[in-house]
Amino acid sequence: MIYEVVIGVEVHAQLRTKSKLFCGCGTVFGLTANSQTCPLCLGLPGTLPVLNQAAVEMAVRAGLALNCTIAANNLFARKNYFYPDLPKGYQISQYEAPICEHGWIEIVASEGKRRVRIRRAHLEEDAGKNVHVAGTNGSRVDLNRAGTPLLEIVTEPDLRSADEVVAYLKGLRDILIYQDVCDGDMEKGNFRCEPNLSLRPLGQKGFGTKVEMKNINSFKFVKDAIEYEIKRQTKVLSEGGKINQETRLWNLDRGETVVMRSKEEAHDYRYFPDPDLVPLKLNKEWIEGLKKALPESPSALRVRIMEEVGVSGYQATVLTSEKWMVEYFEATVVEAEKAGMMKVDIGRDIANWITGDLQGLLNKTSGSSGQTYVVDPSSDAQQARSMISLLMKQVPPGNLASLLVKKFRGEVSGPIVKSVLEEMLATGCTAAEIIEAKGLRQVSDEGALDKIIDEVLAKNPTQVAQFKEGKQQVLGFLVGQVMKASGGKANPGKVNELLKKKLGA
Amino acid sequence: MSIHKLSLYELHEKFTVGEVTATEIVRAYGLRIGQVESKVKAYITQAKDAAVAQAGALDASLKVWRKTLPMMGMPLAIKDNICTEGVLTTCASRMLGNFVPPYDATVIAKLRAQGYLLLGKTNLDEFAMGSSTENSAVGPSRNPWNLQCVPGGSSGGSAAAVAADECAAALGSDTGGSIRQPAAFCGVVGLKPTYGRVSRYGLIAFASSLDQIGPITKDVKDSAFLLGAIAGHDPLDSTSADVPVPDYLKALKRKDLKKLKVGVPVEYFSEGLDSEVEQVVRTAIQELKELGGEIKDIQLPRTGAAVAIYYVIATAEASSNLARYDGVKFGLRAKETKDLLDLYMKTRQEGFGPEVKRRIMLGTYVLSAGYYDAYYGKAQAVRTLIRQDFEAAFQDVDLIVTPVTPTPAFKFGAKGDDPLQMYLSDIFTISANLAGVPAIALPCGFSQDGLPIGLQLIGRPFEEETLLRAAYAYEQSTQWRAKKPVIR
Repeated sequence: MIYEVVIGVEVHAQLRTKSKLFCGCGTVFGLTANSQTCPLCLGLPGTLPVLNQAAVEMAVRAGLALNCTIAANNLFARKNYFYPDLPKGYQISQYEAPICEHGWIEIVASEGKRRVRIRRAHLEEDAGKNVHVAGTNGSRVDLNRAGTPLLEIVTEPDLRSADEVVAYLKGLRDILIYQDVCDGDMEKGNFRCEPNLSLRPLGQKGFGTKVEMKNINSFKFVKDAIEYEIKRQTKVLSEGGKINQETRLWNLDRGETVVMRSKEEAHDYRYFPDPDLVPLKLNKEWIEGLKKALPESPSALRVRIMEEVGVSGYQATVLTSEKWMVEYFEATVVEAEKAGMMKVDIGRDIANWITGDLQGLLNKTSGSSGQTYVVDPSSDAQQARSMISLLMKQVPPGNLASLLVKKFRGEVSGPIVKSVLEEMLATGCTAAEIIEAKGLRQVSDEGALDKIIDEVLAKNPTQVAQFKEGKQQVLGFLVGQVMKASGGKANPGKVNELLKKKLGA
Repeated sequence: MSIHKLSLYELHEKFTVGEVTATEIVRAYGLRIGQVESKVKAYITQAKDAAVAQAGALDASLKVWRKTLPMMGMPLAIKDNICTEGVLTTCASRMLGNFVPPYDATVIAKLRAQGYLLLGKTNLDEFAMGSSTENSAVGPSRNPWNLQCVPGGSSGGSAAAVAADECAAALGSDTGGSIRQPAAFCGVVGLKPTYGRVSRYGLIAFASSLDQIGPITKDVKDSAFLLGAIAGHDPLDSTSADVPVPDYLKALKRKDLKKLKVGVPVEYFSEGLDSEVEQVVRTAIQELKELGGEIKDIQLPRTGAAVAIYYVIATAEASSNLARYDGVKFGLRAKETKDLLDLYMKTRQEGFGPEVKRRIMLGTYVLSAGYYDAYYGKAQAVRTLIRQDFEAAFQDVDLIVTPVTPTPAFKFGAKGDDPLQMYLSDIFTISANLAGVPAIALPCGFSQDGLPIGLQLIGRPFEEETLLRAAYAYEQSTQWRAKKPVIR
């Protein structure tokens, strides 16, 4: 029997508001336990929720970027269940009238581009955290996170493989980051995904019994967990067994999913409209206004920088894979323009440096083993963050621009650029300062070059003879020798020209 | 001058001109409470020491404040489900027996800003669930008119305290009649404002879509006076209405009902209404006519469904509102529990009384998967119809007049065995909560046994002024308020 894999995904994306969804407490990560709480988010009796308008706006912006329709009338509902990290005994969420519905995003699947439909995205508050301290009796509760705003984004069962799920999640994460509504930090739990998966005989219309998966906090684990679950379910079904409707946890150490709770143990959440909140009505003009002001999507941005700046498709893809990188790129281009350059003249070179040598230097400077850090942002998120802040501090876009403008104008040679950049990264000095201090200004002065060239020619009589016999390739070797002798400072074009002259070519 | 016999407004006038000091007020009430509290048992917590200190500070402050801050120096009692910063707030439940709120309810913050004197926190049915205070974990309060009778509930402690002159006025809360029914039983004035008129922030929720804080006072003028001090929009309560607060005392200037149409709903004068109560209320309606009101029979056809749907909606909301009492963060935590589930179960088993448990179970049931549509969904639909009944009636009339309760105050234990009988004692008050409209209860006579009987006036949303005007006209044309209970 051949089975078709059917996957839907729920994502909980934490919205980047300054304060919580229903009170004025902050949303900073990692503070002392319970220091970011008030009577409301502690669930003290008599307190009442007041909706954070900024969260509503972010949810609407996300919905628009995900091609959703935005509900004019919103209801908040209570989802009732007992757990120590849920201070009120219910979570305020949306049930019947979610703020966003019927959207889609495009992913690149094995057969080409395809839309993944988004069923709904709704606002809700996060729970706190149970803390189990080793060596102590019982558990502790930290409610700092309780009440932070989440957007729960649910797809239709449109995904068919682990790779598609990862492609969807990466695409979704990019969009949310570009809209500035979520920082996408999987490590901190700010972008959590819960796939649900079922198998059905190929060609069958009805769905099989689905299993939900939790505790997956990186793209790699998403892939691993789904692939494990496909194998497990295939085995059960081909041995004539039945899949139980259940929730399973990804166990990282064992590399397998394990049962967390079965359908029978599932809660009856007893949703009902929260009587403490009035229905939220959204004005059409306001929504239209937000729509017009939406930041560019990653895909639109890719096309634009290809057309306007002339970068290659590959460069555009690498640059837009991380919001900070394309922002850094665009800022550098702007600075270069300020210095009198045309975008198309220098754009490609800027892109080359950012996606190429700069990456290597960053890795080297921050002491990593040299692998590219954007492969899985979640796994090395901390490292990536420190690298980005290092870059912004040491080499702000204006400094990179002025270095590359100097290169374009022949004031500094290509080979030198890398060492200057490395120095800039290490010291935070400007290109001009470093070039000045180290005497790295490109030597185009014929008198100075003449001397070096003469020495090189004197040292390499064999090659000179070969050239004169018509072996043109030797010229390259000789240029290289001159560059080496000049400590990389010689202007290669000039060297070429002078050499030819001297060799009588 | 017996300070404790003065009305709130009279006391305010005397305090303003310096005829009495705050210290004298506290001392007088301290004495009065000392005399009668052991019989009435209106208070759960007394705040005498703090009030004495507060009074001293007020007397030392600038006299000019007395004119600008109406509640300055006014000795009030607060129902023990309204949060008072630093003062025990128990909801008459073992669950919150140790709960000291770190914040004031908005109504308290308003009163505190004016320099009121908190005399204490009054008894209630646990979590405001009940009609007699018999569901209080600390035992019932007693009706000052007859100590063998209940004071009504759930704001029974507040009503009894006002009737027994143990405070100048009190705050109660009303979810299905919890201000008006005890006011009627104790012969005082109780006002349930329009839903959204007074902030619910800091009122420990029973049923959020029905709860409303209101004044319980010795007379109608006090009701207008105290409502003005607590009403208004509150950014902390999303369900509070952004409607300007008028000067309610001004509404009392016209002492008649001229040009007011008063509806008498036939459904409220049917089976189950005590004949003595009916007679007294009909006499009162006649008086309203003589004061210039145009009396007319009206219909509120869905009245019969009100109690049933109230006990679906109120219990559903309560089952969720009371989920936070889980022994984890505050309040009672059961000892010697073996795991989390055991902690939840034992804590809630020990912390809640039988009526609260009954309502949590009922509410949980009506919200359950498979039952939601049949119960909660249906009840909400009927609630809309009840609201429409009132809207239709108010096209025709300006006020609706009814009895407050089917009978005068009943004896302790009379309905204890039969929750349904107890629920039916709220039959005339529940509809106003479901429709969100304001209603006032005021004395309109006495039974043969000498127990007070109440008159209820129901008005359009945010037209408390009309209610107060009519109630004041009636009160001033009759002498019921002159009669005081003899506590023995």
